Amino acid sequence: MDMKRDYYEDIQLCKSKAVLVGTLFLLLSLAVVPFFVGDYGLYLINLMAIHAIVAIGLNILVGYTGQISLGHAGFFAIGAYSCVLLMAKAGIPFIVALPASGFISAIFGLLLGLPSLRLEGPYLAIATLGFGMAVTQVISHWDYAGGHMGIEAPKMSIGPLVIQTGAQQYMVIMTVTVILAIAAIKLMKTRVGRAFVAIRDSEFAAEAVGINISLFKTLSFAVSAFYTGIGGALMAFALEHVSTGTFNLVLSITFLAMVIVGGLGSVMGSILGAVLLTYLQIKLQVIQEAPFIGPALLSLSNKYFTPEGLANIQSIVFGLIMIAIVIFEPLGMNGIYLRCKRYWKMWPF
Amino acid sequence: MNFFFDLIIGGLSIGACYALVALAMVIIYKTSEVPNFAQGEMAMVSTFVAYTLISGYGVDFWTAAATTMFFAFLLGVVLEVAFLRPAKDPTVLGLIVITLGAEMILYGLAGWKWGANQNPFPVPFSEYAGYSILGITVTEINLWTFVISLVVMLLLFFFFTFTKLGTAMKAVQQNQFAAKAMGIPTRRILSLTWGLSSVTGAVAGMLVAPIATLDPNMMLDPMLKGFAGAVLGGMTSLPGAAFGGYILGLIENFFGGYVSLSFKSVVAFAVIVVILCVKPSGLFVRHFERKV
Repeated sequence: MDMKRDYYEDIQLCKSKAVLVGTLFLLLSLAVVPFFVGDYGLYLINLMAIHAIVAIGLNILVGYTGQISLGHAGFFAIGAYSCVLLMAKAGIPFIVALPASGFISAIFGLLLGLPSLRLEGPYLAIATLGFGMAVTQVISHWDYAGGHMGIEAPKMSIGPLVIQTGAQQYMVIMTVTVILAIAAIKLMKTRVGRAFVAIRDSEFAAEAVGINISLFKTLSFAVSAFYTGIGGALMAFALEHVSTGTFNLVLSITFLAMVIVGGLGSVMGSILGAVLLTYLQIKLQVIQEAPFIGPALLSLSNKYFTPEGLANIQSIVFGLIMIAIVIFEPLGMNGIYLRCKRYWKMWPF
Repeated sequence: MNFFFDLIIGGLSIGACYALVALAMVIIYKTSEVPNFAQGEMAMVSTFVAYTLISGYGVDFWTAAATTMFFAFLLGVVLEVAFLRPAKDPTVLGLIVITLGAEMILYGLAGWKWGANQNPFPVPFSEYAGYSILGITVTEINLWTFVISLVVMLLLFFFFTFTKLGTAMKAVQQNQFAAKAMGIPTRRILSLTWGLSSVTGAVAGMLVAPIATLDPNMMLDPMLKGFAGAVLGGMTSLPGAAFGGYILGLIENFFGGYVSLSFKSVVAFAVIVVILCVKPSGLFVRHFERKV
């Protein structure tokens, strides 16, 4: 059973040998993926990994600290642009520019965290949403960053090694993802993580036991922005080009959907949600090529809708998924997992 | 000086649209505490229905507008019954996610049905001809936008003050359990509230469409500005929401006219973030501290 006998057992990363072996096996299989998957497959996995980073970051804010953000596309844009600009204009090497872009994003997170101290619910939603809109507007009018046209991302390089192939890019992105995911799991087991959860569950109670609400709320925004900024920076290299058109409100909503689908307050859930929704996003854009469903939908479009608007089915499906999750399974995929686990633990009783 | 008055008139005209959207949001937020992010898309779909009736079936403008308002009412009721009602004790985040989901569904449907083309929305008012009052030109469309928004606001005011249904809605928003105990069918009232709000939004949509062009993205900006206006006035005050919408329209237009046109749409959000830092519940609502 899940009984914890002392503090060290509570904070340890792997609960048992079986979990440790399973994790190592998972990491090993992630390492050998590039030998079996083609370049397009690797590109897809890269997108999933990047979205997973962002989903973990957003989950720290939304799921663990109980705040709301509809402006994470803004942090994503800040991360992407600062990394590319640092490398292309200032000539800073990738290995420094990547964390630097995360920290730049975190500073903006701190700034956005300040109004959040006084706002909650819809007020916080509109403030963060306004932030996201403002960031893209400002960048798209900023000629130094290429304005509306965007800017080319330089090649990633680690020391003398320049990242050329898809497999090398995959290794870099996956390493960062794994490090950040483990860091998030670890963070939630420390004093800081427990403070976040306490704020989510009851602000008054948290304050009463001596948690500095202002500090930890802004910190949560900063950590979340850091993750999202790193994700944005990696996205710039995966797409090889950044322009402000990508970082719109729909992207913020998609990030939120990943967290909701994966499950609030669960790092593994965020990863699952990101993988699932990224896969759906890519596949639904070309739904007319799907077997059986594709032709049927195409003839339906020709009869009642417009065939060129068929790709919009993606937003319909996303919307339905978001609503269904809130109505039927508020804890998302993590909730389903927890219920299965409990069922099998008690089985056959 | 003329430029100054032109800015005022333009600001009041676009502010009227924001004010209507803000009112629509506040009507829903007051009764059920749902921040309705789907408001803009509900209005957009309704406007598309009007457009299809006018250009596809040759219906004249006023009949089409009336039919559209009826459709908008049904749309609001259906959304409430289908998406909001089944959710059991949702959190604020859950409610926001539900309305965001509804927004994406409506956006996707509109994009699928009408494509991403920009359609001109035909109205019986001219965009160029106008009236000259003391040397200031007011175009027909600006005048009508302003007048119609005022009429809608007056109607809403009378509805909430003098009709039984309006009073019942106010009762539900004040205390749902007490209202239920008094024999008010609260669930039905909530659906009707969504219908009423959707109609208000549809009027806003039909007023925005001639100024902008009709495409699935049309209502995104007015919706956010309307929301911002509602937050500015305080999410639970109808006059506050209307006032917030007008103020936001004026601020935006003056900023665009005198300072910088390209950052016109950002300034609205900067203003509300600053105002919310000073008064966290908006200008017209007393800040309510939750008790333990």
